[in-house]
Amino acid sequence: MGLYDMPINNLNKLIASGAVQATEVVEDVFDRIEQVEGKVRAYLTLNKEAALQQARRIDEQVAHGEEIDPLAGVPVALKDNICTKGLRTTCASRFLESFQPPYDATVVERLRARGAVILGKTNMDEFAMGSSCENSAFFPTHNPWDLQRVPGGSSGGSAAAVAAGEAVYALGSDTGGSVRQPAALCGVVGMKPTYGFVSRFGVVAFASSLDQIGPVTRNVQDCALVMNAICGRDPLDSTSADIAPPDFTSFLTGNVKGLRLGVPKEYFAAGTDPAVADAVRAAVDKLCELGAVAEECSLPHTEYGLSAYYIIATAEASSNLARYDGVCYGRRDEVRADLLEMYLHTRKNGFGPEVKRRIMLGTYALGSGYYEAYYLKAQKVRTLIRRDFEQAFQKYDVLVAPTSPTTAFKIGERTEDLLAMYMTDVCTLPVNLAGLPGISIPCGFKDGLPIGLQLIGRQFDDGRLLQAAYAFEQNTDFHQRRPQLDGTGR
Amino acid sequence: MKIAVTEVEYVAHLARLALDEEEKVGFTRQLNDILTHMDRLSRLDTEGVPPTYHAIDMKNVFRADQTRTWLSRAEALANAPDQENGCVKVPRVVEE
Repeated sequence: MGLYDMPINNLNKLIASGAVQATEVVEDVFDRIEQVEGKVRAYLTLNKEAALQQARRIDEQVAHGEEIDPLAGVPVALKDNICTKGLRTTCASRFLESFQPPYDATVVERLRARGAVILGKTNMDEFAMGSSCENSAFFPTHNPWDLQRVPGGSSGGSAAAVAAGEAVYALGSDTGGSVRQPAALCGVVGMKPTYGFVSRFGVVAFASSLDQIGPVTRNVQDCALVMNAICGRDPLDSTSADIAPPDFTSFLTGNVKGLRLGVPKEYFAAGTDPAVADAVRAAVDKLCELGAVAEECSLPHTEYGLSAYYIIATAEASSNLARYDGVCYGRRDEVRADLLEMYLHTRKNGFGPEVKRRIMLGTYALGSGYYEAYYLKAQKVRTLIRRDFEQAFQKYDVLVAPTSPTTAFKIGERTEDLLAMYMTDVCTLPVNLAGLPGISIPCGFKDGLPIGLQLIGRQFDDGRLLQAAYAFEQNTDFHQRRPQLDGTGR
Repeated sequence: MKIAVTEVEYVAHLARLALDEEEKVGFTRQLNDILTHMDRLSRLDTEGVPPTYHAIDMKNVFRADQTRTWLSRAEALANAPDQENGCVKVPRVVEE
């Protein structure tokens, strides 16, 4: 096992004891990047000099006998919609191609304070709008398990980087599944914390009532360590919850005795690959073998989730993306000396097709005459979906479902069929609508492609998901498999 | 048809997006497909159901109205496409 492939804990201990230098770890990860990045293309920007500088500071601390944080010296990749002071943050958009944020996002500040080493910024669907990373304005990212296939999205670069050993862990953002779905498709762990647990300050807004930053890691313990670092109230985000987060590692007991699992039947509807459904059902059996109890349950409004989500998310996006007007930052295209023309053409040239489509849909849904039929209706349906979950959680501690109905699809396969692409997120987006925590962990393979198991919990009961995920992981070996990137790929 | 080309043009104007002819035709077709799919929402009876604008129970959040240092003017202007005398510069809005 190379240093690049080690869990956070092991790396940190090696660095803290002086057995390995943080700079060696950074060099090892960059060697790995050099070796495989040409095939995977997970990164938009690399940050090697600053990473080495930060690693040297950690090494000095260790040399002086100082104690270091559990994340110190461990290299992390950040999705490119998370602002990093002085480090280009593009959202994979032409609009922000040369944008240098003047401040760090709160999560970045928190990671830096703990001595994390920032490797670079990862590829994504433009402004996080997409499920395959194909909507990046720059290039698509490839799935490390099969380079002909997508890594999922929108945090596809983060998931691919972690799966390929190009980062020890990463942060992504999840508006409708954008951390969990690529984690599932790339065979890694991805978590969307409860809405409000992690500050959104400095993450470029897509749909503010749904967006949440979350970790992408290679195992559940790493996920808990990252959760410890990023969760907690932030005065700069008025929607961040005033709830003290627990020590998430305290949930890693391996014990699930008596844990009540609900298995929502609607999440196995037509369109679910039978191999995915089988793997998820086998995972439920495994958890029951370990002492949990499970039964089938129903979330009857699930089929309406997709429509409600796309109305709400696009409406919020159309408003959030109004700020890209070419005035204060980002791109500007001046045609004649006319302000309106400047807006129109800056936005025409700055946004890709999916972003424009969603701005159009959201503007339409908010428009006078359609507001009640679409936007208000969707918000009422959102209440029904929330109530479904509330009822289920009276009986169950954790809901178990597929993360994605299928394994990774081929690059180009769904780009012409918008609804097929949107359906990719059908199992994850209800969780965002209800503000719940969700986690995806590896639970099987089909034809060499990873399958993700999704666990859904009550609001602010994120620890319970880690408890169940850890117990499952410790009794299976799916998380130990690695894609073969040394040859020519498939 | 849920939405016609003329409506697409109107919405594009509201959204401050210049569209070329190909985009107008494409978006009209695609928005029709998507809106038709979304029609399923109208099958649901939502009489008396309150809307959810925010998934977490949360009251207004207030803080003391105090000044604090944030970005300097130079930092705030560093990404501006055009500037003059410490201000963001845009094309003339007011007639001469």
